Amino acid sequence: MEKPEKEYADIPGTTIFDADQSRKGYGVNMFCMSLLKADNRAAFKANEAEYLKAFNLTPDQTEAVLKRQWNRMLELGGNIYFTSKLGATDGLSFQQVAAMMTGATQQEYADMMLAGGRSVEGNRRKSEWEHKNG
Amino acid sequence: MAKIVAGVFTSHVPAIGAALDNGKTAEPYWQRVFGGYEKSKEWIEKVKPDVCIVVFNDHATAFSVDIVPTFALGCAEEFIPADEGWGPRPVPVVKGHPELAAHIAQSVILDEFDLTVVNKMEVDHGLTVPLSLMFGQPAEWPCKIIPLAVNVVLFPPPTGNRCYNLGKAIRRAVESYPEDLRVAIFGTGGMSHQISGPRAGLINSEFDKAFLDALATDPKKAVGIKHVEYMREAGAEGIEMVMWLVARGALDEEVNEVYRFYTVPASNTAVGHLILENKVA
Repeated sequence: MEKPEKEYADIPGTTIFDADQSRKGYGVNMFCMSLLKADNRAAFKANEAEYLKAFNLTPDQTEAVLKRQWNRMLELGGNIYFTSKLGATDGLSFQQVAAMMTGATQQEYADMMLAGGRSVEGNRRKSEWEHKNG
Repeated sequence: MAKIVAGVFTSHVPAIGAALDNGKTAEPYWQRVFGGYEKSKEWIEKVKPDVCIVVFNDHATAFSVDIVPTFALGCAEEFIPADEGWGPRPVPVVKGHPELAAHIAQSVILDEFDLTVVNKMEVDHGLTVPLSLMFGQPAEWPCKIIPLAVNVVLFPPPTGNRCYNLGKAIRRAVESYPEDLRVAIFGTGGMSHQISGPRAGLINSEFDKAFLDALATDPKKAVGIKHVEYMREAGAEGIEMVMWLVARGALDEEVNEVYRFYTVPASNTAVGHLILENKVA
């Protein structure tokens, strides 16, 4: 039997961290979790690729982490509250990581927030984004 | 007999804690946020709760993806502020109320709410930022704190209805505790925000204000909001608002609105704040 479409699947620009994502991203999230300890942050910074070997990531996940592809980490099962710890290790705030995920500069993103944030109008459904891009 | 005297509802944005800890509260950007809590601090100093039950969510701090409890009640003597990657916040250790917490756990479990008992837990900004907003920067927190962690990280969180009913069960538990204690209950998180993916930065003030209205005057309306509606309308992480419903459930259906504050933004998030009191019989 085919799985039914998830009711939140048509929210644009959004990966909901559910059981499927969690299963896929276990290694990514546990790697990020390890960065809560200062010693681990230092070990990771000293040799990132070597440090990652302990977490059984897929080649795609390893590449996403090493290249700091923040959206791809989420698509591959990472969760923002975990991946933001990698941001913290890099000295980035939540807002800096968020800006990177939207493709805006930090200043553009901060300005958008000050102006009231991203409107929900035109951002509820994937069809609205396709329309915008097509 | 212990009783619940009030509900405090507030966002728990981590950048608020960072602004406070780094002495930025006087900057106009942050003054706009902190200014909204001046009256609240005066209010809580007068109300003087003996215990605050703080409903919050852990942000991958105490709980990784190894164990994800839907509801976890902190029954320990104390809870240490966690290092979330930027170093621990310079705030006092959070002192628990193990006797009341154990009583609540026992009472709600027998009331068919199967929550998880936690005897050791570090607490992150989800818990400490609301304390800072309400109590400022004291050397010790002025009351005992019982943390109630709700999973909103791994979908699905508990439903709004389940949260609301748990609040009612918590109230029954508190009111069956023999010692005279004044208890406040905090619902934290939200309001609209999305910090993940290309749609990050989403804010929906209209949704937030309707939610505040519903909480104050028609809680059943807020209870009926579905998960997908929170996520679509108020951002993927806006679903944190279900936690407010635990605190709301612990109050009377009809309440007095003592105070309300709303501003956009604090970092990525809409800041909402509400204080509700039960009407005096």
